[in-house]
This record gives sequence, C-alpha cells and structure tokens, in this order.
Amino acid sequence: MGNKTQISIVVFVFLGLAIIPLVAQMTDTPFYLDLARRMMILSIGALSLNLIMGYGGLISFGHAAYIGVGAYTVGICAEHDLVSGFIQWPLAIILSGLFAVVFGAISLRTRGVYFIMITLALAQMMYFLGVSLDRYGGDDGLPLIERSSFEPLIDITNNIVLYYLIFFALLFSLFLSKRLVNSRFGMVLQGARSNETRMKAIGFPTFGYQLTAFVIAGMMAGFAGALLANHTDFINPDMMHWTRSGDLIIMVLLGGMGSLAGPVVGALAFLLLEELLSGVTEYWQLIFGPFLILAVLFARGGLLGFFSAKERENG
Amino acid sequence: MIDATLLFEQLFNGLQFGLLLFLLAAGLTLVFGIMDMMNLAHGSLYMLGAYVAAQVTLWTGSFVLGVFLSLPVILFLGIVLEAGVLRPLYARGHLDQVLATFGMILFFNEFVRLVWGPDGIEVPLPEFLQGNVSLFGIPLPNYRLVVIGMGLLVALLIYLLVTKTRTGMLIRAGASNREMVEALGVDINRVFTLVFGLGAALAALAGALAGPILAVTIGMGEHILIQVLVVIVIGGIGSIRGAFVGAMLIGIIDIFGRSFLDTFFKFFLPVNAAETAAPAVASMLIYILMAGVLFFRPQGLFPAKTG
Amino acid sequence: MVRSLLEVCSLRKTFGGVVATDNLNLSVEQGTIHAIIGPNGAGKTTLISQLSGLLESDSGKIYFDGMDISNLSTPDRARLGLARTFQITSVFQEFTALENVALAVQAHDGHSFRFWRPARSEIQLTQPAQKTLKTVGLDDRVDTPARLLSHGERRQLEISMALATKPRMLLLDEPMAGMGAEESRRMVNILLKLKGKQTILLIEHDMDAVFALADKITVLVYGREIATGSPKEIRADEEVRSAYLGDEADVT
Repeated sequence: MGNKTQISIVVFVFLGLAIIPLVAQMTDTPFYLDLARRMMILSIGALSLNLIMGYGGLISFGHAAYIGVGAYTVGICAEHDLVSGFIQWPLAIILSGLFAVVFGAISLRTRGVYFIMITLALAQMMYFLGVSLDRYGGDDGLPLIERSSFEPLIDITNNIVLYYLIFFALLFSLFLSKRLVNSRFGMVLQGARSNETRMKAIGFPTFGYQLTAFVIAGMMAGFAGALLANHTDFINPDMMHWTRSGDLIIMVLLGGMGSLAGPVVGALAFLLLEELLSGVTEYWQLIFGPFLILAVLFARGGLLGFFSAKERENG
Repeated sequence: MIDATLLFEQLFNGLQFGLLLFLLAAGLTLVFGIMDMMNLAHGSLYMLGAYVAAQVTLWTGSFVLGVFLSLPVILFLGIVLEAGVLRPLYARGHLDQVLATFGMILFFNEFVRLVWGPDGIEVPLPEFLQGNVSLFGIPLPNYRLVVIGMGLLVALLIYLLVTKTRTGMLIRAGASNREMVEALGVDINRVFTLVFGLGAALAALAGALAGPILAVTIGMGEHILIQVLVVIVIGGIGSIRGAFVGAMLIGIIDIFGRSFLDTFFKFFLPVNAAETAAPAVASMLIYILMAGVLFFRPQGLFPAKTG
Repeated sequence: MVRSLLEVCSLRKTFGGVVATDNLNLSVEQGTIHAIIGPNGAGKTTLISQLSGLLESDSGKIYFDGMDISNLSTPDRARLGLARTFQITSVFQEFTALENVALAVQAHDGHSFRFWRPARSEIQLTQPAQKTLKTVGLDDRVDTPARLLSHGERRQLEISMALATKPRMLLLDEPMAGMGAEESRRMVNILLKLKGKQTILLIEHDMDAVFALADKITVLVYGREIATGSPKEIRADEEVRSAYLGDEADVT
C-alpha cells in the first residue's frame, strides 16, 4: 500500500496551508488567504460527507443543506444580536444534527437511486426554504452584521486569526474522522457499506448505525457552515443549492473516496481547478463538465488513489 | 374566502403543470427503472429542447415549427449521449452515474450561456394561441388548453405504447425484472436506447411547450428536474402510472400551495404570521408530501419492481 | 427426550403461485446436526432465509428455544443466537479475514456505539477472532483481505464469522457449494469438530458429507417434507430413494 506516499502528501499539504498567511502577507496577495480559507472550510464539509459516502456507502446528494443550516444559524443569530460564538456554533451544530436526524430517518428507509433522489430533494427543499425567508434576505441572502464573537479568548474579525482557527478546526476534523472510522462504530459502518445483508445476519441492525453516521456527518457539515458564514461574512440560499452538494461529492471523489485525507486533497484540487479554469475562460464549466465525465470513465480511485493502490468500493 | 373561479383556474393551472411534469417523469422513471441508472441530465434535455424551440421560433416566426423541430434534434442528442456516455456507465455504481451526468449538466448549462447568453429568451406566442376561452364564465387561456391537450394526448400514446405493443411489454418487463428479459434473449440495450431517445424527445416537448409559460433560462432544467424526481419517488421508480398520478398530485398541490396557503393559514394564524409562513411552507409542500408518502410506502405508490 | 432448540410449525411461503415452503414442520434437537436434503428447487435456501428472518413467511410459527421468533428482525434473531451462512459466499470483501471475524465478535459483544478507540487493536475483539479463525483452519491467512482468499477459504471464513457470534444454532446453507473434493473434505473435518458441541441445521448437496455428519436428516421436495429420520432410516426409505437418492446424478 502506498500509505507512506499518502501521509507525506497530507503532511506537505498541511505544511503548505500553515505558511500561506505568511506568504500572502509577504507578497501582499490577500486573495490567497481567502482562497485557502475557503478550501479548508470545504475540506471539512467534504470530510464529513466522506464519512457517510466513502465509509458508509451512502450517496447523499444533499450534504450542502447542513452547511446551509450551520451558516444560517450563525447569520440569523447575528441578525438578532446574538453574536457569541460560544452559543452560535454549538447551536449551529445541534440544529444541523436535528435536521440530519429527520432527513436521515426518511431517506435511510430507502437505498440506491431512491436514496440519492430523496437526499437531493430534501436538500433542495432547504434551498427553497432559504429563498422564501424574506426576513433573512430571501433570494439575495443576508450580510453577516458581525462575525461570531469569542471574547475574551480570540478575535476572529482578524483574518489571520480566523484563518488559523479554521486551520485547526480542519486538523481536528481530520483527527476526529480518523478515530471514528477506525473505531468499533466505524467498522460497523464500513461493514454495512460492504455487505448490508451480512451485517444483519451477524446481528447488526444497520439502520441505527447509519443514521448515527448521517447525523454526525450533518453536524460536522453544520460546523463547516458556521465557519463559512464567518468566512464570507454573508449567508445566502445558494450555499444549499444542489450543485453545491454536487461539488462536495466531486471533492470527495477527486481525493479518493474512503481514504481518510482524500477529501482534503480533493477539496483543494477542486477549488484550485475552478480557480485556474475560470482564469482561462469565463465558460470554465465547458471544460470542467467533460473533464468530470472523462475522469469518471477513465480514472478511478481519485487523486490520492493515484498514488496508492488502495481499492475503492463503488455504488 | 377563496372564490370558486380562482379555485377552478388554479386547478386548471395545476393540471397543466402536472402534465408538464409527467412528460419529463415518464421517460426518466423508465430510465431509472430499467437500467437502475441515475440520470441527472434529463433536465438539460428539457432546457435544450426549450432553447432549440425558442431559437427556431425566433428565426422562422413559427412556434409550431419550433416545437416540432426541437423534438428530432433532442431525440438525436439523447441517442448520442446514451450511446457515447451513458452506456459504459450502466455497469458502474450510482455514484459514477451521478457524477458523469452532473458533468453533463455543467457542460450544457455553460454551453447555453455561451450560445444564448445568460439572460434567457422570451418566446412570443403565435396569434392563434393567444386569448382565452370562456368556460362557465371562467376565462381559460388558449395556450394552456393546448398544453393540457398535448399532455393528455401524449399520456394516452404512452399508455397505448406500454400496454398494447410488444415493445411496451418489453419495457414493462424490463422495469420490473431486467434479468428476466435478458434471459429471454432480448437485447435490453436496444430497448433502453429506445426508451432513452423517447424520454429525450418527451423532455424536449415539455421544454418547448414550457417556453412561452415559464421563462427559457439556464437554470430551468435543474429546477424542474428536482420536482420530477419527487414525482418519480412518489409514484414509484419504473412505473408510468405512478409517474402520471405523482405528476398530477405534485402539479396541483404545488400550485394550490402557492395560491391558497396564505388564505388557509389566515384561518388560524395572525395575518402577519400567515403571510410570512405561507410562502415558506408552500415551497416545501411537495417535499413534505414526498416524505409522507415514503414514510408509509418506501417504494412509492405504484412500485414496479417485483424482484 | 432431548430438548428441541428450534421448532418450526406449519411454515409456509409462496412466490407468486409457486409454493417454496409447504406447511413445513421441523424440530431440531439441541446438540445435533440436522441435515436438510432435497433436489434443486426443494425450497431449502428459502427455508434458511425464513428461519434467519431475511424472508417473511406467509404463515406458520418459528420457535427458538421455546420463544416465538416469527416476527423478529434478522439482527434480533442473530442476537438470540441464530447464525446463518450463505450459499453464495457473503463476506466483507475489502476487510481482512481477521477484520471480518472481529466484526462478528463485535456483533456478539454488543457494544458498537463506541467512536474513539481503534477497534483493530482491541484485544477483546481480535483474540476471540483469532481463536475462531484457528478452529476453521485459517490461522495462517489472518491478515489477508477476504477478496484475495480462495473460494474454499472464503467459505471457511463464513463459518468462522458465524461461529464468532457465539451462536446457539448454526444455519449452514450449502457450506460445500462449489468446492473441490479436497476442500470439501477439509470442511467436513471442520464441521466434525463442532459435532456434539454445536447445534447445526445443515443444507447440503454433497451426500457423502451429509451422511458423514448428520444425526438426523429431513428430505424436502417442492417445499414439502417427505421423510425425516436417522441417516440409516433415510437410506432405507423407499419414497426417498425414488424421489431423490435414486437419481443422484442430477442432484448436484
């Protein structure tokens, strides 16, 4: 197994991320700080999706909804002058978890194409809910009046502070994922992906485990959403649009599904690719779309899979 | 109070929207059912159908010509896509299918933006389709009547095709038990190309007809696709009958929700709260319905799969 | 009289018009190996699936140790001690042999909502798993991914997973299916080691194996029981001979 190569890539990536604020400051290119921050937040989102999709085999096409719930929680709290991050963030995590309980309980009754469609539809419902919330900006979204306050601990209105907060949040999420997938719970989750009938036959009621994973993933995405609201200083329904859910799936796959740090590499690669392509042409998706199709048809195993022979289970 | 005229008018609109959904759902539910294939790009065919029809209408001045030209164009495109991109994916997992068809959406959306610009096209209605017919003193727009007529006609044709012909028998058998059909020595791939092409043409018809009512814009395909997915989930994957019933339900409930929910809410909520809540709930209504149906019948109302 | 661990009363299952299980009564005694034989299409696998809960019965009752389990889910039945294997090998392909069995140990252990400690290094899981792998003779393949095992080894792994759940009864669905003579012999030896200690309901086409292992045999034809008795009695039974043993050629 190419585990060593994988680890060195990941270490390299994190070292790179760690020094970006320095580089951005020296070269006076705050744009890169912004881009890297966005990369890391979406990495957390992709990591959370990877838990259920990569390790659980559950293709959720509505994961952006939980990012949206997290972001809206922060935005709506701020709108009502509740700015303490100590309240906002846990609330964002709890609420997205609650949504995941309900949505998961509905969609996990089904499998396959049904599951994909239902997660997609429920997420789109959240999008339309966002659009119809006129009080909170409706279609246009809502500027975040004030970033979450962590007084007297840290001040994330400072962009560098926010950057490192996100950096450590990502490291923590990665560590959390690692513990989770290798734990007893993680083994059950992977067993159910591999062979659900067998799991039932040896005595695992898989539904409960899958729902739990779904909720954990939802909460993690909600956390990413809380970060995203602070990053963009803005919330809008677009965060929950189904194409955002599609982006998350692509990130997970680009990095190699079911590999631990794959989603991080995938998210970085995705945003970098978007940046590069949109620099080449305004119509960058004209290139990206076919690229996606070709990648599906011909390259399997994702970017990290490129460097290791780790087998990937599909479908 | 809700007055009877408005109620009837909206019922009429719901019916028309439902039939539009049916045109899209009929083809797609068979694609899902027969090949166990996840195809997100169906909405793109609908969008392209609308754009082609609109463009031809603008060139020739004939809306009818636009509609009838967009069908073969999209049919051809559908067959090319099926043979070129989708066929290698049948044996793959759903994830690969999702991804590849997602890539198709990105491509087609951008393609449309490149060719027709970001703003969308207005499709003018020909003279003879403008105006209203009066039924019991209620004015019904001619064009919507035509859409309803076309929708019902197509529904009837599909019904006849599926129930009365040999091909239809194969399609039905394929949706309920694919292995069985293959074991009988039928080339299921050819059945599928046929179904896919037919589905593409129906999507184009829906798009072309929708042009003058809804806006011809870039996002139109995805917007309606999700509603179509809800229809399919409610009706049961692979079931034409389910698609029809689901489409009618969703069409009417969606329109009613948007028109009457605030009136309804005002019965027991303060006016202010009702006016805030109604649009939010209305936009969620069909999804709540879907969740409800799934709770009682996870395989939809008319499950086609038998094993 | 020996206590019967599994009681099946008037069990029935039809698929469309086809009767797969026809008013079946069956009683498996504690500590015995009870084989079920019958020509293809006799409804043997259907029966196992009904017993393990993967298929819902149309009517009839299943009692396990005196308890009515007819309406319990598959996992619930498994946790009561009813473990099954599958005719078509059903293991976790990307897990190693040890991980496969450790997961089964974990199922029996019952504490799976643990999110932090790495399961692969838990002695409580790996030690019993290793022991069970040894019973089936896979101790030298512990770290091999299941998908790289030979067909025969994967069948051994199946048995090992079922055993790891510390079952009170094993439902074995053609453990020798698709095996060569050498592999079959090894499997018979594994099962002989369990004989007397483990209650087993065995479905098998390999008659040599059945007669070498079973304490009792039930013959099933079109879902209906036509005879039950000791191997000796079954061998001597005229009806069985004509219905089944006579044309052994198209049995397997």
